[in-house]
Amino acid sequence: MTTSARPSPSEPREYQFPRFSRYALANGLRVIIAPVRKLPVVTVLAVVDAGASVDPRGREGLGQLAAEMLREGTERHSGLELLEGFEGLGSSLEAGADWDTTIVSMTLLREHLGTGLPLLAEVLMNPSFPVHELERLKAERLAERLQILSEPRGLADESFARLLYAPDSRYAEPIGGTSESITASTRADMVEFFKMRYTPDSVTVIIAGEIDTDEGLERVTETLGEWKGKRVVGVAPGGGGSRETRTLEIVAKADAAQSELRLGHLGIPRSHPDYFNVVVMNALLGGLFSSRINLNLRERHGYTYGASSHYDWRREPGPFLISTAVQSEVSADAMREILGEIDGMRSREVPSDELSLATSYLEGVFPIRYETTSSIASALANIVIFGLPEDFYDTYRDRIHAVSPADVLAAARSHVHPEKLQAVVVGDPTVIRAPLEKLEFGPLSVRSPAEA
Amino acid sequence: MRIPIETFRLDNGLFVTLSKDHTAPIVAVNLWYHVGSANERMGRTGFAHLFEHMLFQGSEHVGSNEHFELIQRAGGTLNGSTWLERTNYYETVPSNQLALVLWLEADRMGHLLPAMTQQKLDNQRDVVKNERRWSVDNQPYGTWLERLSALTFPESHPFHHSLIGSMEDLSASSLDDIRQFFRAYYTPDNAVLSIAGDFDSAEVKGLVEQYFGDIPRGQGKPPLAPMDLPPTFGKPLRLVVPDEIALPRLYLAFRSPVFGTDAYYAASICSAVLGMRRGSRLHRSLVRERQVAADAAAFTFDLAKGGDLLVADVIARPETTPEKLEEEVTREIDRVIDEGVTQKEVDRAIALIETDMITAMQSASERADRLSMFATFFGEPELLNEQSSRYHAATTADVNEFAHSKLGPDNRAALLFMPKTESASAANPDAAAA
Repeated sequence: MTTSARPSPSEPREYQFPRFSRYALANGLRVIIAPVRKLPVVTVLAVVDAGASVDPRGREGLGQLAAEMLREGTERHSGLELLEGFEGLGSSLEAGADWDTTIVSMTLLREHLGTGLPLLAEVLMNPSFPVHELERLKAERLAERLQILSEPRGLADESFARLLYAPDSRYAEPIGGTSESITASTRADMVEFFKMRYTPDSVTVIIAGEIDTDEGLERVTETLGEWKGKRVVGVAPGGGGSRETRTLEIVAKADAAQSELRLGHLGIPRSHPDYFNVVVMNALLGGLFSSRINLNLRERHGYTYGASSHYDWRREPGPFLISTAVQSEVSADAMREILGEIDGMRSREVPSDELSLATSYLEGVFPIRYETTSSIASALANIVIFGLPEDFYDTYRDRIHAVSPADVLAAARSHVHPEKLQAVVVGDPTVIRAPLEKLEFGPLSVRSPAEA
Repeated sequence: MRIPIETFRLDNGLFVTLSKDHTAPIVAVNLWYHVGSANERMGRTGFAHLFEHMLFQGSEHVGSNEHFELIQRAGGTLNGSTWLERTNYYETVPSNQLALVLWLEADRMGHLLPAMTQQKLDNQRDVVKNERRWSVDNQPYGTWLERLSALTFPESHPFHHSLIGSMEDLSASSLDDIRQFFRAYYTPDNAVLSIAGDFDSAEVKGLVEQYFGDIPRGQGKPPLAPMDLPPTFGKPLRLVVPDEIALPRLYLAFRSPVFGTDAYYAASICSAVLGMRRGSRLHRSLVRERQVAADAAAFTFDLAKGGDLLVADVIARPETTPEKLEEEVTREIDRVIDEGVTQKEVDRAIALIETDMITAMQSASERADRLSMFATFFGEPELLNEQSSRYHAATTADVNEFAHSKLGPDNRAALLFMPKTESASAANPDAAAA
């Protein structure tokens, strides 16, 4: 029968992140194979060291567009033939840029790997960038820009990045670029970008799933071993400057049903030695459902459906960002509560039973994160993207476990800066402006939701 | 590929399905209650979903929000969701924490009401109202689901009204409604419990019996209004919605055979031929070739009673007018009826569906959820292992027969969103000729 006595856990069973092997081919291409025996499925993922942060100035979005153009035609196949090729195998080729790299990937049934991998290799090595497909993709991206600008969540995220980062920072503009930079991008720009950045020594191919290491290596060598080229390293614009004193920007949306709120400042690079302390601190502040910010705004006050905080990990410092959507009338109250939680986190040590909520969550959830071949391949990609140590996943839980209340306090004091906070509220100014002014957060401006 | 399935039933009617997989030390628990927005009475729309929130507000031996905290502390993930015909609750945890999850689910199934208070209800009502603002009212096209349901199901039908509910109805719900709803629907004989992953069968059976065994059966559910519907709408349905959006968007819906029937698989394949991924008909033709649309997709609701919906969802390019969008989509649908679909298109669709089904089985949570679904709707969790052969059994001729009988003008419901500024000149916003 159901009793008031809570069951206690039994002995935990051991879990190991999947074993993997790393190789380098003669042409410089690197390979990671992670055999995973569970279902007849494999994920192939190529990491290309060409992210949005190296887009040429005025051509923001070029990396993303180039990634999508890979699958729109090669020297041997039209875009349509490639599409039919992948989908006929029951797979789809995904291609897109993040800030630091471009990821090209597919998940498919084991039996189709022999057909799918050569197609993926062809797309990486010999794209032809047909101009009519480029024009079409550009038009689709322009349509998407209109959608984002009419959508409060996307508008809030973009407005925040533009408020936080100096205009000379690539991070100020969206990964996919603006309508102006997309329009300006030409086939010649793309070919140049491709020649400079897509070379075997810039690429790591990861295979996770039902495959032997030898076979995986052999297949990659067969399909990509003959690829020639040496990387021409361009100048990376890097993170660039950011705003250091408080500002509050209202992006006016008349009759908005709610306010989209963004509050944050410059974070730290992924390689920062305080990484684990910051991960645990953020989980407690706003990373978990049971975090201070969410319990306060949602469960105590009913202001919102959800509120969270987040460090956006990039090679250069990405934002530390608190996001929520609240009933318009309480926009200023919600900001005040968030500021209070930030102060609390910085003023005293968290009680050890609160700390263990985050550490035991992060330790326990670890194996649940890696149930699928695609999540394992993505985890391995992070080793490549951020140059993480080989044993990163094997030591992850110990590193989390070692974080102390003093570490959390130190992380909050060193890496959360109330005096540098930038705020964006997308909402109805007639309702939210006066209460936000009364909050005296910082200089307040109102603008309309145009692009720049 | 077949996954192992065991089942048993407790004396109180709780149906349990188990699927073992020891590859990782994790286990998923999934509980489907056979109650959704269809079971709401008028004036209380949104109640099934509001109730789902209340189930996280504690029970006799669990404090408010403690359910979330205990699961996260155990290293687990969790959530719940509400749909027209069902509500589900699910957790994935390290396998040594299975007993805790079962105990938590049993405590809220058996002992919820002592913990309910007006203050908790008031709070969650505010949260849900903000969820509605966030996902419906403040989102471009956010009202599509409630508008399409209202357009395609008759007013008396249980699927007609809004799933998330109206602000007015949410305000009107009371603690007494909570008690009644709980007693009527949250009973062991109206639920399926599925457990997938790393566990020992004998031990799990003992735990389930121990925690759930003494929860009494329900008194029977209030009957639903009649669900049966004619096989087609019988006439074109149409609603034009001027809205705060940048691009016109058309949801073109067709009444189609309910989930699980032979005819359903033909409909599902037809939906994939039309709008699954970039190689589908609508995407190839409207986005790639004619370049009148920015995106195109199609899907089925997978409703198991009354009538299902197949929906084509197409977003216009900025230069495409709402009228042009509708004309282009309609032409593609007509072409499917007139010329039929090819074997190659059907093969592509089945290959994509099959990969999705198999990759989904990598996740313990997905396994458990699908076992619960087949057990709830059909009493047969083993159907999970039949899905691939059901799809392969459908022929190109079946798909074309479906297209012929169900994609015609008398079975089309057009929900057309258009940017507000254009509404005056472009079309009559009141043209809700339903």
